[in-house]
Amino acid sequence: MDFLTEFPSMDRQELRDLKKAIDGGFRSFSREFGEALENFFEPLLWFLVWFEKLLRAAPWPLVILVIAVLAWLGSRSRTVVAGCVLSFLAIGYFGMWNDTMSTLAIISVATLLCIAVGIPFGILMARSNRTQAAITPVLDIMQTIPAFVYLIPVVMLLGIGKVPGLIAVCIYAIPPIVRLTNLGIRLVEKEALEAADAFGADYRQKLFGVQIPLALPNIFAGVNQTIMMALSMVVIASMIGVAGLGVPVLRSVSNQYLALGLMNGLAIVALAIIFDRVSQRFGERLQRHREGVDHG
Amino acid sequence: MAEPKIRIERLYKIFGPRAESVLGDVQAGLSKHELLEKHNHVLGLKDINVAVTPREISVIMGLSGSGKSTLIRHVNRLIEPTSGRIMVDGQDVLTMTREELIEFRRHKVSMVFQRFGLHVHRTVAENAAYGLVIQGSPLDQAKEQSRKWLDRVGLSGFEDHYPSQLSGGMQQRVGLARALATDAEILLMDEPFSALDPLIRTDMQDVLLGLQEELNKTIVFITHDLDEALRLGDGIAILRDGAVIQQGDPQAIILHPADDYIFDFVKDINRSRVIEAKSVMTRGETVDGPNLPQDLVLEDALQIVSATKLNRANVVDAGGEVIGSISLDQIIGGVARPGESGDQGERYR
Repeated sequence: MDFLTEFPSMDRQELRDLKKAIDGGFRSFSREFGEALENFFEPLLWFLVWFEKLLRAAPWPLVILVIAVLAWLGSRSRTVVAGCVLSFLAIGYFGMWNDTMSTLAIISVATLLCIAVGIPFGILMARSNRTQAAITPVLDIMQTIPAFVYLIPVVMLLGIGKVPGLIAVCIYAIPPIVRLTNLGIRLVEKEALEAADAFGADYRQKLFGVQIPLALPNIFAGVNQTIMMALSMVVIASMIGVAGLGVPVLRSVSNQYLALGLMNGLAIVALAIIFDRVSQRFGERLQRHREGVDHG
Repeated sequence: MAEPKIRIERLYKIFGPRAESVLGDVQAGLSKHELLEKHNHVLGLKDINVAVTPREISVIMGLSGSGKSTLIRHVNRLIEPTSGRIMVDGQDVLTMTREELIEFRRHKVSMVFQRFGLHVHRTVAENAAYGLVIQGSPLDQAKEQSRKWLDRVGLSGFEDHYPSQLSGGMQQRVGLARALATDAEILLMDEPFSALDPLIRTDMQDVLLGLQEELNKTIVFITHDLDEALRLGDGIAILRDGAVIQQGDPQAIILHPADDYIFDFVKDINRSRVIEAKSVMTRGETVDGPNLPQDLVLEDALQIVSATKLNRANVVDAGGEVIGSISLDQIIGGVARPGESGDQGERYR
């Protein structure tokens, strides 16, 4: 009756060998390609460092002015701009300016990277049900696997630093933009596409002239979600050497500094709300054409 | 008679994953119902043979589910047939490569849709210019060129509106302007006015007839409305369960319905306002009386003929030449519904 009470598991020795083989394989892979990969990400690192330095070195009134202008261009709302300026003033006043600039830098770069990679993947997914079926489980894994688990191979490959941090953030933050680009394109009305077909539009003309413009509201919801998820990774990224608001939060966890943790945590929230409001307002403005006049 | 602009030959369309393999059974006479029962495939079109005369409005009429929208989409190959041939100006649409088909759709045919198919993110002017932009014109130039069509359908001043700001009738005017702007010789219209209120529909029919008088395009017009078909059609084909059951001159269809189905269709129309003098006259006879144009409807002919002494009149063609004569009895015979006289007689005796 052993068979029923004991799960017929793999032999312990065999299991240990299997794990060793996987570890060994990955280690030799990282020894082989680690440097090549690092070189590949070199331009990204360079840009990230440059951008962070720029934000930290620039005079703070200038930074706030630029942010206010960007918020205005995005939202065209005085309330949003005022909230934005006040938040940044408070952040600076409570001594979190430099950390906030570092976080702003990595979030901006991560978001741009996610958009640049995510939208083409979303388009690819929308092209056929087969690519959708292939990509969906990958996205599921990226969103649900505990962040610490994929930190291991990333750190093994690239060590500790900004680039592995950036990659970890992107792995977590990219699925929404891919999913919502795919969804947005698939939800485009059949009639609009059929009309494009009937007038002889080719694939590019349909994609850029009909599908993407009509999918923009959804794509923008994806960008918004991606930014939110990137911000929520700030603390975990700081564990592998990314500077920013996550570092003091981590320190306050290990030392039970309530005030420090709370302040930095709230600064992250403030950034999130600013990004969210600006990008949502921008998304709404893209759909001006939907505000039909009531004609009975 | 002129060479047909579009000729559809032995066209079959079966919906389902194994359409090719069940085609043989359908060609051997399997009915729509049996096909669904035995193979779980849907019969879309069955042995369609239609010739479309150039520069005329050819109406394809049928109720919903008769396959009319499927049929029109074969002409520009938005739907691939299971078997058959579609010749346009002597060229087989089905053998065209991807690139040839795109060229064909850009320059030779354009289309108007039942639910307009406008692009909601483009303004009226941009929608009207769409076909030209797809052809490769810069947007400004395309807008300039399509402006006259917007004027022509009565939309000047609305260029910068978005479709959602317009009523249904106005949206379809945009659809019409967009289709006309590409200068395609063939215009496919898939129930273009069915989504509009009756009053606007009549309006749009007038717009179309006015344009056609000037442009003489080859128009394939789909409708489920017999009055619309009779008003617009130079020729009518009636579709039922994916097959053409009668086609030809509208007058002939009313006077000689091919079967009970079509008889039911035509029996409720006001015959005195549709049937024309030439359809009931005696050909080659001249009498002493006034001259009536050949396309005068019986209602008007009745007014004139009943006032004459002999109750007779001549019928003349467009050139004023006498081609026959018509009597009061013939007019009354034309207005009376065929095949019902017995019953009616019983009832009112």
